[in-house]
Amino acid sequence: MSKVAEIFETMEYGPAPESAERANSWLDDHGRAFGHYVGGAFTDPDAGESFETANPATGVAMARVRQGSPEDVDEAVRAARAAQPGWWALGPHGRARYLYALARRIQKHARLFAVLESMDNGKPIRESRDLDIPLVARHFYHHAGWAQLMAGEMPDYEPVGVVGQIIPWNFPMLMLAWKVAPALATGNTVVLKPAEFTPLTALLFAELSREAELPAGVFNVVTGDGRTGAALVAHPSVDKIAFTGSTEVGRIIRSETAGTGKRVSLELGGKSPFVVFDDADLDSVVEGVVDAIWFNQGQVCCAGSRILAQEGIAVALERKLRARMETLRMGDPLDKAVDMGAIVAPVQLERIRSLVEKGRGEGAEVWQPTWGVPREGWFYPPTLCTNCAPSGTLAQVEIFGPVVVMMTFRTPAEAVALANDTRYGLAASIWTESVNLALDVAPKVKAGTVWVNCTNFFDAASGFGGYRESGFGREGGREGLWEYVRPTWEGTAPQAPELSAPVPEDVPPPGSAAGAPAGAGGGDTPAAGGRSVDRTAKLYIGGKQTRPDGDYSIAVRGVGGRVAGEVGRGNRKDVRNAVEAARKAQAGWAARTAHNRAQILYYLAENLDARREETAARLASMSGDGKGAAAEVEAAVRRLFTYGAWADKWDGRVHSTPFRNVTLAMNEPIGVMGAVCPDELPLLGFVSCLAPLVAMGNAVVAIPSRVGPLAATDFYQVMDTSDVPGGVVNIVTGVHDEIVPTLAAHDDVDGIWYFGSAVGSTDVERASTGNMKRTWVSYGRARNWVNAQQGEGEEFLREATQVKNIWVPYGE
Amino acid sequence: MSDQTVRQRSRSTAPTAPPLQPGLLREGARNPGMPLELDWVREVRINLSAVERRAATLGTRRSVKKAWQAAWLLKAVTCIDLTTLSGDDTPGRVRRLCAKARHPVRGDILDALGMNDGSIRVAAVCVYHQLVEAAVQALAGSGIPVAAVSAGFPHGLNPLPQRLQEIHASVEAGAREIDVVVTRGHVLTGNWEALYEEVRAFRDACGDAHLKTILATGELATLRNVARASLVCMMAGADFVKTSTGKEGVNATLPVGVAMARAVRAYAERTGYAVGFKPAGGIRTAKQSLVWLILMKEELGTGWLTPELFRFGASSLLGDIERQLEHHVTGRYSAQHRHPLA
Repeated sequence: MSKVAEIFETMEYGPAPESAERANSWLDDHGRAFGHYVGGAFTDPDAGESFETANPATGVAMARVRQGSPEDVDEAVRAARAAQPGWWALGPHGRARYLYALARRIQKHARLFAVLESMDNGKPIRESRDLDIPLVARHFYHHAGWAQLMAGEMPDYEPVGVVGQIIPWNFPMLMLAWKVAPALATGNTVVLKPAEFTPLTALLFAELSREAELPAGVFNVVTGDGRTGAALVAHPSVDKIAFTGSTEVGRIIRSETAGTGKRVSLELGGKSPFVVFDDADLDSVVEGVVDAIWFNQGQVCCAGSRILAQEGIAVALERKLRARMETLRMGDPLDKAVDMGAIVAPVQLERIRSLVEKGRGEGAEVWQPTWGVPREGWFYPPTLCTNCAPSGTLAQVEIFGPVVVMMTFRTPAEAVALANDTRYGLAASIWTESVNLALDVAPKVKAGTVWVNCTNFFDAASGFGGYRESGFGREGGREGLWEYVRPTWEGTAPQAPELSAPVPEDVPPPGSAAGAPAGAGGGDTPAAGGRSVDRTAKLYIGGKQTRPDGDYSIAVRGVGGRVAGEVGRGNRKDVRNAVEAARKAQAGWAARTAHNRAQILYYLAENLDARREETAARLASMSGDGKGAAAEVEAAVRRLFTYGAWADKWDGRVHSTPFRNVTLAMNEPIGVMGAVCPDELPLLGFVSCLAPLVAMGNAVVAIPSRVGPLAATDFYQVMDTSDVPGGVVNIVTGVHDEIVPTLAAHDDVDGIWYFGSAVGSTDVERASTGNMKRTWVSYGRARNWVNAQQGEGEEFLREATQVKNIWVPYGE
Repeated sequence: MSDQTVRQRSRSTAPTAPPLQPGLLREGARNPGMPLELDWVREVRINLSAVERRAATLGTRRSVKKAWQAAWLLKAVTCIDLTTLSGDDTPGRVRRLCAKARHPVRGDILDALGMNDGSIRVAAVCVYHQLVEAAVQALAGSGIPVAAVSAGFPHGLNPLPQRLQEIHASVEAGAREIDVVVTRGHVLTGNWEALYEEVRAFRDACGDAHLKTILATGELATLRNVARASLVCMMAGADFVKTSTGKEGVNATLPVGVAMARAVRAYAERTGYAVGFKPAGGIRTAKQSLVWLILMKEELGTGWLTPELFRFGASSLLGDIERQLEHHVTGRYSAQHRHPLA
């Protein structure tokens, strides 16, 4: 029987290898040894410590690269620093030309990039050829456009400077593009640290950037492992760190950079839900699961690793999935008919194995197809786990491998609850033929990206990034550009004069001379009949005036050191209660119409205006500046108007992504927000924090100015008369050192603003790592709250919201 | 280093396991049909975008090269309903087509492939009723069945009794397969009972001849309609579901193929009967035929890669396959005139 005759009978697939010849000759041309790429040239590969990068499908080493030392990093950062002013000075069109040239060159060498990527990473050539590399080119084209448009679209913004970028091994070239393209477009220069398992395409890109005559130092590569990354993070001359990788390392980076003023964007782990309702097209769902969890061997941060299936269809879906798994093909990543390649490294393979075994030990049923994996190389079969409790290891831990768990739900509400039952919030996939159901569930799922009836769609025009412990910042789209720029005024802003922080003092005991407050309640003129009625400022929690848990008060000193009043000395428990009240109120507040929130902000303005004289008198009693006080009240009223105006105008967008779909970029509230208000201008500062947060649908726990807290406590009466629902705004007064750390560390606080000292900023950023809450701190930098450019507007709105991209393909 | 890093190790570790549960499928048994089950028809869900994605990646996820490609192309040849459906067809033209049907690929090429044992012939010859007799004579002794497009082809809008009469006549004339277009209006108005009754009547008229129901998917507007109509035809006893007459504006597309193949799979899973699938119209290149075979293998399993369950309705496809096969044998690109005309 001839071979053809044999195949005619079996109708098997045969080998369909993609040639590795060109990639190998490129490696050979470089002697299979690479230095760093610094200042437009490769450094000596033999100048120091080096290590080998292997082909995961064979385990055989392909090339040797350098282990970057702190000195290497320093050299690269210096090169980037030196190049940055010139790169920015090139102007929008000048930079656009380079980005365009890079895009063209990537396309010209597309197959070489794809083959090299598959060899270094182990991913199937189909994926690197059809998905990764075309998207890389698309990112550079798209951002060539942003470079061109920057001057008009982002007036009054400038690049942050030198950006350190640390990228993972799962999409080496794609992550390079996601990071490098926006950074260069906006005038920054880059030091890139590729993952130690997959450095080769970054080095090829470096060579290509030289061909494109990118000015020396604009793009630099330092290879190495985590130590090299740590040196880059620690380098004092790096202005921003952009990182994609594990939440664990992201947490370290946040902590290490705390207080340094370095901007940080983190794209971290996930345990993304894949929600299947009973009216979904189940056969398409099955292919969706293939794309969700067996794409890139499941080594995808946004992999749909938790299937949540409605009970009625769960059995059918499981049966279909098993049948489909039997027909997946695993093998040589360079084979064009392979669905799954190799796991990137033995350490990762071992991690997958041990997690699955742990799950099995916890009672999970683990199912794998009947075919066996290749014996050589690092392979792990597609795996479906059932009978997992939501609390189980397999349902909770990010496995980063081809392992999916399947659980069931009964109702849409239960689906949402299970979907959100995770610390992560990177992505979600929702399958239903009902547009009502899809668009009801999508906003309720805590995730930066929601795919309706599709999964793992990416594009340069759409922002990608996480909620919760999946990180912060966005990559791609207009929303991604803000990560790489800062307001121009910020560069020249002076340090704020350290206001003499009032020494917390308990209310003096009765009878002491200092204990006689002026008017015994805040500047009130004693009534004719004797002293005025005593006024006690309380905390404001859940819409109620509350006595502090500890039942202590602190004095507020005003003009001439006289006691202007007293406020409650809030403690940890008060912060806890305030956060609970905020959590309870937040969803309902966000669900109100923007028009309704606007009405309430205007109403606040109206009621504050009605109390303008009383309020100004109070401010003057603390500051001694009557004229300034009147102006501050006026400014606060205006500010409330500003955010009343913005409440229903901070629109999302529909991104122009190249598929038949609508990609809705929705500005969603972050959730429960802490706001540590500036000491200066106690009323205006308080209102400037509160109003944008509330306008966008957040609930707030505000800690007022240390100097003038009475401005905030007076304001709760304004709130009480303005229909602000209880819990939307909570005020905790007290000693900052006692309550700010509790708020900054609270795991149910989604974000925190801090306007205060450099030291305080550091503490807040460091304390935020428990749940990776978003932080926006001032590092002690002065901000002119009266000035509209600095004191209000889009920067505040951006910091009060996070962008969720919802992809909705359509067609019947 | 070097060579080892590129060594091919792609011996497929994947099996050919059909997606059906073993033992369920009644192999070789003719689909008797079943009562119309409207709940099943109505619960059909097809997501167009997702199906289009699947269709678009079938040909990028799988690739057959070298000896595999040659074998697969030969398989494609054996699945062809070699077709002529022109207004100017004559007995002479049909005789030429039948000669080609007996020897679709040049003998020396088959020799080179080790396949010249007489097994490589097309699945059927497909003609209008008037030419059935000529075809039957020309194919005598070959074992190749004649398929007749019947029942008011291609519009199928003649009165039902006349259409049934035409089927009877075609069967009488020796057609062993009958390709009939269904009334699209029944589908577009959701009149599933009427569609079911119509196909049931076709089936009865066919007797022992196999019934291929043509959906004319280019006129059904949505994939959901395509899938529902496919199910109803199978319930009514169709032996094959077929995409198109070849005369609609849009003929066999891959998304339609995915939707129909999945309907066939669902029917087989529920009833145990394997129904055949025939894409027709617009399939002209060897490469296209490979993607269709991949579609069948991926969605239905290797068991469907046989003329009993899969056909191409095509007239010019064979010519391109012949050229590709010759290229495989000689290493030189071929020319159309080197292969005998149909």
